[in-house]
Amino acid sequence: MPEPSHAAHRASSARRRADLKAFGPFIALAALIVLGAVVNPVFLTPGNLINVLTRTAFTGIIAIGGTFIITTGGIDLSVGSLAAFASGIMIIVMNALTPQGLPPFLVVLLGTLAVMALSVFSGLVNGLLITRGRIEPFIVTLGTMGIFRSLVTYAANGGTLSLNTQIRGYYRPVYYGDILGITYPILVFAVVAAIGAIVLYRTRFGRYVTATGANEEVARYSAIHVDRIKLAAYGLQGLCVGLAVFLYVPRLGSASATTGLGWELEAIAAVIIGGTLMKGGSARIWGTVAGAIILALIDNILNLTGAISVYLNSAIQGCIIIIAVLVQRDAKSRP
Amino acid sequence: MKFTIGLAALAVGMMIAASPAGAADKKVLGVSIPAATHGWAGGLNWHAQQAKIELEKKYPDLTIALVTAGDATRQANDLEDLVQVRKIDALVILPFESAPLTEPVRQVKNAGKWVTIVDRGLTDPSIQDLYVAGNNPQMGTNSADFMVKKLGGKGNIVILRGIPTVIDNQRFDAFMDVVKKTDIKVLDSKYANWNRDDGFKVMQDFLARFPKIDAVWAQDDDITLGVIEAVKQAGRDKDMWILGGAGMKEMIKRVMDKDTLVPADVLYPPKMIADAMELTAKHLMEGAKLEKQYIIDATLVTPDNAKQYYYPDSSF
Repeated sequence: MPEPSHAAHRASSARRRADLKAFGPFIALAALIVLGAVVNPVFLTPGNLINVLTRTAFTGIIAIGGTFIITTGGIDLSVGSLAAFASGIMIIVMNALTPQGLPPFLVVLLGTLAVMALSVFSGLVNGLLITRGRIEPFIVTLGTMGIFRSLVTYAANGGTLSLNTQIRGYYRPVYYGDILGITYPILVFAVVAAIGAIVLYRTRFGRYVTATGANEEVARYSAIHVDRIKLAAYGLQGLCVGLAVFLYVPRLGSASATTGLGWELEAIAAVIIGGTLMKGGSARIWGTVAGAIILALIDNILNLTGAISVYLNSAIQGCIIIIAVLVQRDAKSRP
Repeated sequence: MKFTIGLAALAVGMMIAASPAGAADKKVLGVSIPAATHGWAGGLNWHAQQAKIELEKKYPDLTIALVTAGDATRQANDLEDLVQVRKIDALVILPFESAPLTEPVRQVKNAGKWVTIVDRGLTDPSIQDLYVAGNNPQMGTNSADFMVKKLGGKGNIVILRGIPTVIDNQRFDAFMDVVKKTDIKVLDSKYANWNRDDGFKVMQDFLARFPKIDAVWAQDDDITLGVIEAVKQAGRDKDMWILGGAGMKEMIKRVMDKDTLVPADVLYPPKMIADAMELTAKHLMEGAKLEKQYIIDATLVTPDNAKQYYYPDSSF
């Protein structure tokens, strides 16, 4: 029997490595679910799982947009602050429209349109400053992060913006409502992830996003409008933030200076845990979904046990995040 | 509308800045506080602005220079500006953090100015002429006393703590000192960082974990708002009640309206800045003799006395 050729052998082992790497976040997720079940049987009850997944939807949806940006080799630190600012503006708009006697559906619709317009616009401003202004994404979005955070504080007079209770009653089911037990935020998260996967893996735009992050110069020589691709990615991120805000506002009906604090880091962490490369050029949408769920599960499991001192919560979180990424790196470097 | 108010305040501020200072009998009181980065600090800013308007009306020769800072370093810079540029005669300061601001405040004192410290004491208390503060241990004790009484000395409770700080520890330790002498069982306590979203999240998990909870000590009104939503979502709002703290207007309103979910609140009033400004102004303008320190009680607010602590126009 002839020996398999060297090249064929190399190709098959490369494929196996790629497979392991792609499965990394899901292996970590499965391990975490087992851990949760061991810690407290309550963990596996549908009520608890639905709660956690619903909570994941905000940062999860934002992380889908973040996957595009990180794949182009960029980063967006402003998403948490933008979410807070957009929530504030949405509440102000809806509070202003309510006394006009408009039907509640129209009030929520107009509020939502305002949020979408604001979020996409803000994303595009980030994108323009990066592509036209030729400033590093880290610096641009660090700047806008401060600007948006400050604007929501100003709009709220340093306090809290609260949604008119009448509209809130109408709007509340968007967060709390469900179809066959699955809440709307979970459904929206799933749909956004599916669309993200189709766009990234099955469209020309998706391939250009990956090519831009893999090697910008080569992409440019291949007649890809690199700046336009980046701009679109930041616009897309804005759209995702807008959607997250649409789902977030009905939960507590308020926005303040502490809204969305740290969401940017959570979203970036979800993307990286999911296996997308920080330096760009390789995207894993479903990995991002797993990453976002992993982060939310860690919080949940820690809340479900009294065995670990609360002073150590962040240490446990840090360890699990690092282990989750190690699982993949290990799988990748194995010969 | 809020934007126009902000702009008007800015314009007023600039007019005052432009007016000539230093006339013989005119006095300037400098007030330095943290910027409104969370609910309680927002209330602080509102009360400081109200006190500025009232005191400047009461004492026409008094100018109040109110500055806010986003962090300890900027607050230290503000102090230099207040002394050098605004030529203040007295300072009221709520320090961002105790240790890093002790030396900058000492320099203000060495320049011959009166110094009033609010809420967070300096590491060297000999600097201050006057100390005005809330009472964190008493807040814990009063909360515990109320819970013990309302629960009849037994039952299951959960605790949502704030941000890991001295303030939080003082409240928590004092609370536990009372509760551990009773048959009340503390099921667990977790940090909710004085934040609505975290309050919601932690409470959802507590509800999943514990089938029987009789009461919740949230110790802060922002956390309480998140807890209320989680309890309502789980449909267990008839089974338990929640005790918050601080004196947020929405919570005082609920207490006033005899909401069974929120039967009481314990004060840790941001209004303490206004009290400190008033006392200092009284000393500056009338030469009133003051005690060395005023500790503001962590008063228990019940439907009987809620009305006098309700500030519907405050942002907090």
